[in-house]
Amino acid sequence: MLTDPVPTESGALPAAGLHRTRLATSWAEPRVRLGVLGATVLVLTAVFLFTAVPGSLSFALGIRSRTVLAMLVVATAVGVSTVVFHTITQNRILTPSIMGFDAFYVLISTVLVFFAGSAGFLGFDQLTLWLVQVGVMVAFSVLLFTWLFGGKRRSIHLMLLVGIVLGTFFRAFTEWMQRMLDPLDFQVLSDAMFASLTRPDETLLLLTSGLVVLGCAVIVPLLRILDVLTLGEPAAVGLGVDHRRVVMVLFLSVSVMIAASTALVGPILFFGLIVANLAYSYAGSFRHAWTLPTAVLIGMVCLLGGQLVLERLLGFGGTLSTVIDFAGGLFFLYLVLRKGAR
Amino acid sequence: MIALENVTKRYGGQTVVDDVSITFGGEGVTALIGPNGAGKSTLFGLVGRLLQPDAGRIAVDGMAVATTPSHELARNLAVLRQDNHVAARLTVHDLVEFGRFPHSRGRLTVHDREHIERAIGYLDLDAYRDRFLDELSGGQRQRAFIAMVLAQDTKYVLLDEPLNNLDLRHMTEIMRLIRRMADELGKRVVVVLHDINVAATYADRIVAMRDGVVVADAAAREIMRPDVLAAVYDTPVDVREIDGRPVALYYG
Repeated sequence: MLTDPVPTESGALPAAGLHRTRLATSWAEPRVRLGVLGATVLVLTAVFLFTAVPGSLSFALGIRSRTVLAMLVVATAVGVSTVVFHTITQNRILTPSIMGFDAFYVLISTVLVFFAGSAGFLGFDQLTLWLVQVGVMVAFSVLLFTWLFGGKRRSIHLMLLVGIVLGTFFRAFTEWMQRMLDPLDFQVLSDAMFASLTRPDETLLLLTSGLVVLGCAVIVPLLRILDVLTLGEPAAVGLGVDHRRVVMVLFLSVSVMIAASTALVGPILFFGLIVANLAYSYAGSFRHAWTLPTAVLIGMVCLLGGQLVLERLLGFGGTLSTVIDFAGGLFFLYLVLRKGAR
Repeated sequence: MIALENVTKRYGGQTVVDDVSITFGGEGVTALIGPNGAGKSTLFGLVGRLLQPDAGRIAVDGMAVATTPSHELARNLAVLRQDNHVAARLTVHDLVEFGRFPHSRGRLTVHDREHIERAIGYLDLDAYRDRFLDELSGGQRQRAFIAMVLAQDTKYVLLDEPLNNLDLRHMTEIMRLIRRMADELGKRVVVVLHDINVAATYADRIVAMRDGVVVADAAAREIMRPDVLAAVYDTPVDVREIDGRPVALYYG
């Protein structure tokens, strides 16, 4: 797959044989691939920012650049955490949502609406709400992790299994509570549970960006160790990786980034599955120095492209997360079926 | 030398390695044999710090496995486990590069590259260096993993059943290679084997385990006796001399 020449129109030109070979060789380079992707993101960003401005450009730019930043934060948090999660678990059809992150977020919000009512929920101070949600989600994952991985037991699979069970429990509990909600409260809650990237709160956006940058700052020095982890725990330990410590640090960074971005825009983890798997086949290298930025940029292309289609072509006919969940579902099915066929 | 002192490992209530004290890893090839469930792989896991012993001490050239930093040990001891499934698509060259990780932490020097080239050449993998691991046959893949271990440039090399699922030709190929690694490169190889005839042909010393205990430990020729083998495997074994070499017959 890596050496496949890109099917561009240049290949169809007569007497373009040499040119094509050169193009094909350079296309195999991860650098070139990442560059092309980066350029695409820049173009999409420019289109999103500067076209179809209804009134004052500076006003539109102010709002839109915030949306772009929110997209970047989400694409980074979701892309990086999913790829890292795949490497830790040695499984590429999982997302961190298997640990019940999304479900837990929905549960927290449902409990809040249940006890405070929709008026109370909407009246909450955004900052406090965000802090509570992030705090509770991180605390949950730390607990789960230290209980099932930090101790003598240290089994990733057991941790995942407990995560799945807890996630199912959260979902069931949420549903039960939602059934008892007043229809109006329920409406407010379901609206809040669709991931929305437009018009994020400025303070929250900055705080989330800070946490995501922090998470990345922890992960970047570990890039080469992450590469070794792709060989699996036994081989990584044999090569001198302090597996337990490294996985602990990685897992914590992943949970912080996920918690922050979920609290900012809502549950959107499914999206990570598409992005990460596209990144593996696109990046042209298994090394995390390439797959991680590729995943982030592919995430940006999906979010920007999706938003453009939704906003400019369909005239805002729905929320982006609906589109993402639909596309993500189909893609997931494709992945599972393809794996099965092998 | 790799020294185990009263090492015990339990899984739940079951004792898999039972108060084992042994020193191995002398020059040449040491074969570790024994029936399934004898504790061979667990012993390797303990020495390779994948498992923590419930009791006892393990040291590699005087370095306590429990307290020595992992990367320090990785420069002296290389372990190749049984199942080496890699989810990502790696080429042979990528894999062998990993062998240098304990030395370079991922930033390869000229010296590292020499080691990688030498390991690839030694395992006769030049033609396959850019092939992906999932495009190789079982024998080639096993060679690629051994090349990684060789690039690690350690004094001790522990191989856990490297002959798993290999046919006759690849099996002898790998064993001859292990022999050469010991004779030419001075590696001290410890290898878990199932076929006692293979062990007797290629190993200098054989350590036999059963029920978590070392039941025999001697030069290859001395282990190849009907009474010893029958006791190790709990099944009748006949030993005949063919062309001056002891051959165990346990079929039929």
